[in-house]
Amino acid sequence: MQVTMTVNGAEVTRDVEPRQLLVHFLRDTLGLTGTHWGCDTSNCGTCVVLVDGEPVKSCTALAAMTAGHEVRTVEGLADGATLDPVQQGFMEEHGLQCGFCTPGMMLTARALLDRDPDPDEQTIREAISGQICRCTGYATIVRSVRWAARHGAGAAAEAPAIPAPAAPPAAEEVPA
Amino acid sequence: MQVPAPFDYVRATSVADALDLLERHGPESRVVAGGHSLLPMMKLRLARPEWLIDINDVAELDHVTRDGDWLRVGALTRHATLLSSALVGELFPIVHDAERVIADPVVRNRGTIGGSLGQADPAEDLTTVCDVLRARVVVTGRAGERVIGMDEFHRGPYETACEQSELITEVRFPIRPRSGSAYEKVERRVGDWAVAAAGALLVLADDGTVADATIGLTALGLEGCAVDAAAVLLGAHPSEEVFAEAGRLAAAASSPVEDQRGPVDYKRHLADELTRRVLRSAATRAGAGVLTATTGG
Repeated sequence: MQVTMTVNGAEVTRDVEPRQLLVHFLRDTLGLTGTHWGCDTSNCGTCVVLVDGEPVKSCTALAAMTAGHEVRTVEGLADGATLDPVQQGFMEEHGLQCGFCTPGMMLTARALLDRDPDPDEQTIREAISGQICRCTGYATIVRSVRWAARHGAGAAAEAPAIPAPAAPPAAEEVPA
Repeated sequence: MQVPAPFDYVRATSVADALDLLERHGPESRVVAGGHSLLPMMKLRLARPEWLIDINDVAELDHVTRDGDWLRVGALTRHATLLSSALVGELFPIVHDAERVIADPVVRNRGTIGGSLGQADPAEDLTTVCDVLRARVVVTGRAGERVIGMDEFHRGPYETACEQSELITEVRFPIRPRSGSAYEKVERRVGDWAVAAAGALLVLADDGTVADATIGLTALGLEGCAVDAAAVLLGAHPSEEVFAEAGRLAAAASSPVEDQRGPVDYKRHLADELTRRVLRSAATRAGAGVLTATTGG
């Protein structure tokens, strides 16, 4: 069957099997391998992408079901060479170690900041509670999202371009 | 890699269209909404439908509406929508209690109330919530609607009164004055199925005694409500003593099985303890007088 959807702002049309999962459509059909494929059972959350702005586990959605909708993957976070503040925050605050959970974490953070530009630590922890970091780097992930909140996360265009000067260590409200 | 067996996919545009498609494609067709129960089953090949009928575009099924003494919730209403609805939280705090601990926030963006009730997993929370609130389920077929109580709708694990050619279209909750409700679950980690959970509704009379009460248990081997446990509350003033008796009877009514989430005696203990906790909370929310909550345990 033919599906058409918007992926990172561009309309794409492809022939797919109805049984193709969204995660494989993004990775294999479109070559967008930034979306990671993990547990395959909607537990780990590394496959999270935004569908119409909301985080969705793409291992548990069909490409066919997503037709007609807007999908945003980690490849769609940066604006050219300008990182989204969420990405910048993960750099500044060491929000990733092995990096496997990172795309899903960043997209959930993006969706959270879109509806709540200044979330507290508890709100961030709740928002990412469906996602697993097996490096257990949750404290730094939370700090990264807080960094983004403090640095104009509502508007990607205000984020510093790469390479960004290292931000001075800010007084953190999130304990180490 | 888990991939469903091949199937054909079609989108329904309305309830009538979905019913036509179910009729046309017959017993090997399945309806999909959030897909967070059906797709995992299809990936494990536990379900192999030949046709998947997607109802996500059926906007008439996505609503939360107050209609006199009833709250009408469309079957396609997402968990996240229920949790963010101030009206739902005000009328039925038990729904918010349960929704906060159903799966995780990302899954709640997709999963629906109709899907949860239709899947009828024995560890599923909204079935207990609907039992406790004495909700009615609207099941629609080509011949029209059936509005049935939970005792008729929920036939047991993975089985409901919704026939193959029918669609769950709405859940209706009666709005009761001077009522309070609560739900509490013990889970091993965020997003896991319940080790055990309990829910309760208390309706108070003008003199502050209990005019109506229901208690439900999740993942504890009890279908429907714990009738004997609720009966001891009727006519009594809410108190630790009567809650303890209700907890004891709820535990006696449970028949949990040992699994990786815990042994039988632990789960039976949870039935008792969680029943007391939700009764305390429901009583407070119903505006009951001072409770000796600190003496509980």
